[in-house]
Amino acid sequence: MLLDALQKVGHIVLHSLSAVGRMGLFLLQIVVCALTPPWKGRLVLNRIVFIGTQSVLVIALTGGFTGMVLALQGYHALSRFGSDAFLGPLVAMSLVRELGPVVAALMVTGRAGSAITAEIGIMRISEQLDAMELMGLNPFRYVVVPNLLAAMIAMPLLTAMFDVIGIWGGYLIGVRTLGMSGGTYLAEVAQYLEWSDISGGIWKSLTFGVIICWVSCYKGWHAGFGAEGVSRATTQAVVLASVLILVWDYFMTSVLF
Amino acid sequence: MDAMIRVVDVHKAFDEVPVLDGVSFSIPKGHFAALIGRSGHGKSVLLRHLAGLVRPDRGQVFVDGEDLAHLGGHALRRLRRRFGFVFQGGALFDSMTVLDNVAFPLRECLRLPERSVRERVATALAQVGLSGSEAKLPAQISGGMGKRVALARALVLEPEILFFDEPTTGLDPITAQSILDLIARCQRDLGFTGVMVSHQIPRVFDITQQVLVLHRGQVRFDGTPEQLRVSTDEVILGLLGAEDAAGSNGRSRNGLET
Repeated sequence: MLLDALQKVGHIVLHSLSAVGRMGLFLLQIVVCALTPPWKGRLVLNRIVFIGTQSVLVIALTGGFTGMVLALQGYHALSRFGSDAFLGPLVAMSLVRELGPVVAALMVTGRAGSAITAEIGIMRISEQLDAMELMGLNPFRYVVVPNLLAAMIAMPLLTAMFDVIGIWGGYLIGVRTLGMSGGTYLAEVAQYLEWSDISGGIWKSLTFGVIICWVSCYKGWHAGFGAEGVSRATTQAVVLASVLILVWDYFMTSVLF
Repeated sequence: MDAMIRVVDVHKAFDEVPVLDGVSFSIPKGHFAALIGRSGHGKSVLLRHLAGLVRPDRGQVFVDGEDLAHLGGHALRRLRRRFGFVFQGGALFDSMTVLDNVAFPLRECLRLPERSVRERVATALAQVGLSGSEAKLPAQISGGMGKRVALARALVLEPEILFFDEPTTGLDPITAQSILDLIARCQRDLGFTGVMVSHQIPRVFDITQQVLVLHRGQVRFDGTPEQLRVSTDEVILGLLGAEDAAGSNGRSRNGLET
């Protein structure tokens, strides 16, 4: 009985370790392909449009409303201590250091990451990836590397947009609705927000882009059979990428700030 | 005659279930071989071994003298540029038009100027009777047309070896026969070595010089279509009999319908 239980635990540990190893090797393969020619510039541009441009609306909406909620909640908390003048720095620092990179990454995971997994999964089950291999081509260069490069370029830009729209949303609530001075809001933001806050957020978003692409492509590449396999892979990709983003965010925060 | 493909004692199992169990045969250069047998007896798995998509657990697969199991990424990719593969479902890139699908290997493998690419695509599409379909997407064409596009894409690099995985599955008998005739004509014109997994018995015998019967992961028969027709092996008789029965059923159905 005890032996059976130990055997099961051992099996789970071995299975998990081998899955981590496979994912690690997959990432290594992406990096090697990304660093060596030939690069597919046009495909990278296409993917920037898909991951970046097509995410602008959702990023603008979530960024704006996140800033507005932060301003509402922050104002009431700060006014209890008579510190409502610090609403601008509160909103800006929360967004730039933390919420901007994380929420933007979660939004892109849901919108683009899931689509990448489904797309690659369908290419896998309909043998399109095998067809590329049999032409003597490396499918990694066509379906994985362009996504990685595009995500690394698009994520910092989307995050910057999220931050700016969020700070503007906070301004809208703080100044127009709650009656704060606009000059105070902006002046305090400029005084307290430092370049290290901004660069830290940008570094985070860059690594989140790698995580989104890595997990989404891996799950699509190893999708099971049929529609059910692709659907399961898509769900797993979104869940795993979201969890990894939050876990990695903790480590990045503890190192960067 | 020199063997273009030589398979030596290949074993393969998935989840400890043996699929190939000591398969050995060879196919001479320029020959067209049919790989037949009942469903689930390892034909497609064997074809994937020949193309280097699957590696054997034991045994060797030689293509033009090179052991696929010992070729690394770059060397294997170089060898594969001499292959063509027509998949059962076509495996066309669904985001690309017919023109871009057929042009893809020319642009990516040969890096030809766009004008040459378009000329060669037009020739390949004319070869399979699809001139004028360049702008269509795979979702906008019929199953038979899709198979023709897949064949054009496989032929456009003028491969020395062409693999077909049930290229007529899912097609009506007339379209299936036209695809088989097309494959036979291309093989005569281009002289490639071919291997075709097919259930089109006995029609496939008209276009092949060699027949391999795979049964329970082993080669049960390796010979010419003429030798197969006079075989007294019960497995082969069963295969031919089943097809005869299917044919006569089809005829009687047709008779009733008319």
